[in-house]
Amino acid sequence: MSILILCDHENGQLSPVTLNTITAATQIGGDIDLLVAGDTSGNVAKAAASIANVNKVFTANDKIFENGLAENLTPLLQSVSAKYSHIMASATTTGKNVMPRLAAKLDVMQISDIIKVLDANTFQRPIYAGNALSTVASSEAIKIITVRGTAFEAATAKGGSATIESLQSTGDAGLSTYIKSELSNSERPELTSAPIVISGGRGMQDGANFTMLEKIADKLGAAVGASRAAVDAGFVSNEYQVGQTGKVVAPDLYLAVGISGAIQHLAGMKDSKIIVAINKDDEAPIFQVADYGLVADLFDAVPELEKELG
Amino acid sequence: MKVLVPVKRVIDYNVKVRVKADQSGVELANVKMAMNPFDEIAVEQALRLKEAGSAEEVVAVSIGPAQNQETIRTALAMGADRGIHIEAPQEIEPLAVAKLLKVIVNEENPELVLVGKQAIDDDCNQTGQMLASMLGWAQGTFVSALEIADDKAKVTREVDGGLEHIEIAMPAIVTVDLRLNEPRYASLPNIMKAKKKPLDSKTADDLGVNIEPRLTIIKVEEPETRAAGIKVANVQELVNKLRNEAKVI
Ligand SMILES: Cc1cc2nc3c(=O)[nH]c(=O)nc-3n(C[C@H](O)[C@H](O)[C@H](O)COP(=O)(O)OP(=O)(O)OC[C@H]3O[C@@H](n4cnc5c(N)ncnc54)[C@H](O)[C@@H]3O)c2cc1C
Ligand SMILES: Nc1ncnc2c1ncn2[C@@H]1O[C@H](COP(=O)(O)O)[C@@H](O)[C@H]1O
Repeated sequence: MSILILCDHENGQLSPVTLNTITAATQIGGDIDLLVAGDTSGNVAKAAASIANVNKVFTANDKIFENGLAENLTPLLQSVSAKYSHIMASATTTGKNVMPRLAAKLDVMQISDIIKVLDANTFQRPIYAGNALSTVASSEAIKIITVRGTAFEAATAKGGSATIESLQSTGDAGLSTYIKSELSNSERPELTSAPIVISGGRGMQDGANFTMLEKIADKLGAAVGASRAAVDAGFVSNEYQVGQTGKVVAPDLYLAVGISGAIQHLAGMKDSKIIVAINKDDEAPIFQVADYGLVADLFDAVPELEKELG
Repeated sequence: MKVLVPVKRVIDYNVKVRVKADQSGVELANVKMAMNPFDEIAVEQALRLKEAGSAEEVVAVSIGPAQNQETIRTALAMGADRGIHIEAPQEIEPLAVAKLLKVIVNEENPELVLVGKQAIDDDCNQTGQMLASMLGWAQGTFVSALEIADDKAKVTREVDGGLEHIEIAMPAIVTVDLRLNEPRYASLPNIMKAKKKPLDSKTADDLGVNIEPRLTIIKVEEPETRAAGIKVANVQELVNKLRNEAKVI
């Protein structure tokens, strides 16, 4: 068995979720190689090479691979695919964008968003917003897989000494051009890897009221999230959305404030260790998954919580 | 410009799905079905392009059992011009769906295919990217804004870090995200009119595509349910529990 993992990186940093995907690969077994594509002049390749259990790191230093343009990354992945039994990526927006394009080129059916490795060919993945778990076996010659980071522990970032080898660029497919990004520059921890997440829903009434949650987040070292309703209403931007079609989080503590607990929201947070719900409706479905429920008006409870945290 | 919109028939998003006792899948008998919500957004976008004068024809395609014709009728009632039904089993993999759609694209020659970002039953998030790959077309995925000018499309993508703007060559595949638009409801007169709109039906065999599944479903099971929690009386009690019982703060 030999596995290639497409690494996510941003601003010259390897994305932490890569470590979780490496753990999934370790459970499959065999040699693990990483591919870092884009601007690799910084520390990304070095960081990748020092991860425990990594065999080799391939770099493809060409700006056409920046920003995960699938049209350009697919031929690059394809140029090395023949050596591998498994090609994996984290189920991030980059992985979700690129991997199906590669799978189709190789004429194989992708296995999306796995949460468990049973053996090298058999995996578990959630379907129907996590209301059912499907175990599937693949007999494809190359398994193309995306991995749900929160379902696997992070691999050890240190102790490895992989060789770094640069790959020939496969060139610009000429189909797509990156223009610009609008990214939030929050000092808070990243949502999917934060140990504590505090999310607001439609009950927050207004984007300005999210500052109440931000104050608590800053006291707890937490990330801020939101329901779809809060994003649709424009209280916060899309990268805050937790759920079936947003981000999946599984922190030690998840606080849901003014969120009813629709299945599509639960799909993104119900694997959190401890769930707290603050909602004025004592019948809100969120209380069915909450370890600690507080029936209260959030406009009283949240400022009080901030004070209580000192 | 012709716009093709693949629409999937799935269990309605409000229904609580139940796993079958024999663990072979989820219960589909007597369950309310509906158009995949992302596909409603795709149909809406196609109609808006037509209303704005940049599209001439909107064609809805659905792959699945005979009942999928109802889903196509829904798209027609929203305003699509014509439908194509491809008879296939309910559980069909994205790879096979993309292969069937490729044949339809080659027959119909649309300049744009608007696909849902994800079907809410299999949660695969693959079909649009696979179709773009097979056609060698550009793809704009998870799109929350779309602007078409000549032979290019400017798309805004919802990515993990925020928003990303890219430009893609046409013809293209665009997969739509939640914030692209709010789909319209079909009016009663339009539902009546939709019954007379053309709907073509063919089979996967007619299209010469092998749709045999590549993955074997070993079993489908319910996730573990969380143990019931408690209600706390006030904020002090909550903080006390989090500090001393759960020890998470
Ligand atoms: C295809 C599809 C995909 C979706 N994907 C997602 C997804 O990824 N993530 C997601 O979150 N949703 C998703 N949804 C939407 C989901 O179905 C719900 O509509 C959404 O989660 C509701 O958000 P909410 O709980 O904030 O709002 P609501 O359901 O309106 O709930 C608001 C809650 O706030 C409480 N409240 C109001 N005022 C106060 C107050 N002053 N104090 C205390 N409590 C108060 C109310 O009692 C209520 O329970 C999706 C839906 C579809 C169809
Ligand atoms: N059986 C089908 N019939 C028509 N369109 C489909 C079908 N399956 C998938 N699609 C399209 O592909 C999108 C993504 O589906 P998936 O890759 O399964 O998550 C859906 O939103 C539809 O637009």
